[in-house]
Amino acid sequence: MDTIFTRGLSLNLRLTLALAMSVMLIVLDYKIDAFSTTRVFLNSLISPVQYLANLPGQLLNVSAQRLTSQQALISENEQLTNHILLLNEQLQRFEVLEKENAELRRLLGAPVRKDMRKLVAELMAVDNTPYSQQIVINKGAIDGVYLGQAVLDERGIVGQVMEVGTTNSRVLLISDVTHSIPVRSIRNNSRFIATGAGVIDELFLTHVPHSTDVEVGDVLVSSGLGEVFPEGYPVAEVTQVLRDESRPFAQVKVVPRAHLNRIKYLLLLWPESAPTEPELGEEGESDD
Amino acid sequence: MIKVRHYAIALSLLVAMVFQIIPVPVQVDLYRPDWVLIVLSYWVMALPHRANVGVAFVSGLALDLLLGTAMGVHSFALSVSIYVLAANYQRLRNYSVWQQAVIIGVISALYHSLLYWLLRLLTDVAFRFEELWPVLTSMALWPWMFWLLRKVRRQLRIT
Repeated sequence: MDTIFTRGLSLNLRLTLALAMSVMLIVLDYKIDAFSTTRVFLNSLISPVQYLANLPGQLLNVSAQRLTSQQALISENEQLTNHILLLNEQLQRFEVLEKENAELRRLLGAPVRKDMRKLVAELMAVDNTPYSQQIVINKGAIDGVYLGQAVLDERGIVGQVMEVGTTNSRVLLISDVTHSIPVRSIRNNSRFIATGAGVIDELFLTHVPHSTDVEVGDVLVSSGLGEVFPEGYPVAEVTQVLRDESRPFAQVKVVPRAHLNRIKYLLLLWPESAPTEPELGEEGESDD
Repeated sequence: MIKVRHYAIALSLLVAMVFQIIPVPVQVDLYRPDWVLIVLSYWVMALPHRANVGVAFVSGLALDLLLGTAMGVHSFALSVSIYVLAANYQRLRNYSVWQQAVIIGVISALYHSLLYWLLRLLTDVAFRFEELWPVLTSMALWPWMFWLLRKVRRQLRIT
């Protein structure tokens, strides 16, 4: 580029430099995972943009709340009260069952399941890169969120925490292509691995032999084998089983139980195996 | 006034990033134009000594953080796309806005294919044709952004 504007490095050199640095960063980040600690700091640095982008939606929410009619509020209240009544009735039975289950487990010598800490988080942003399925939630290292933590909604498992920032964190959904979750069928306890298909409402089971007993409508719950997700939460439902003998494995499509495209409130879980001291939280503070 | 003049390019890029990540319904999300690419393209064509491959690289890094991709993926794709424009800016300036819109479409297609190829190297993502919708919406957005940013540039006398 021979113009009067040329200053400093030539354009070609700049491109070479930028590309070399990009490639270096990709290798560092993806292959060696060198950014796992600095990302906390970088994410906190960039989070104002996220809050800014979230503002119009929040304003809309607030104004919608202000403008709802009394009629709508009354009917909603009634609906929720009824719902609570029904849930409480179930809870009464559940308490008895839980006690009974604990006693039976004690008789068998199996470890008794304990209750765990929970926290409600809210959705902040959905990632719009078409090739990855991620969301951002409004709880971070300050609240004790840790890497690999299980995230649920009211219907089932949503995903796991993949990056922790100071006040927000990024969740990898179970439908992402890079995500797999160990599951077990409620009907006959057969175990599978459910892998994301890269589409928001589809997962598939990998390496299922043709002879496996799996049917459309089977409900799959987390098996707790990977020690990432706690045991027994619903994950998905089988929608299609294709037993094509010319292929090495049966092709099983499942639909996630959680409404991954309609998430608003989420639940964070702290199972017993969770790190008691949030390791990333301290690093995030020392970075600042 | 002097302050705004100095930071106008950075501010416009910041606004573009907000538009890039603002949450919208899934159905609309598919058609989201490449805001950052369009704003950068304008500045590269108008003031190639101010915005260049370096600025593209830095905005790409910010996009990587905002979108949660591996560091360097967006900066790679943006640097290459902006390089093509910066190398030909004298020719592109003389085109009409509609011809420029077609060029932006081509650049946007290049940008998306680069992104896909890089992510394909890292994970096994599958290509879907719906992911090229932003090429068309970016083309449609270009004339309006061109007029808006030219107005900003002349009003603030950014050089």
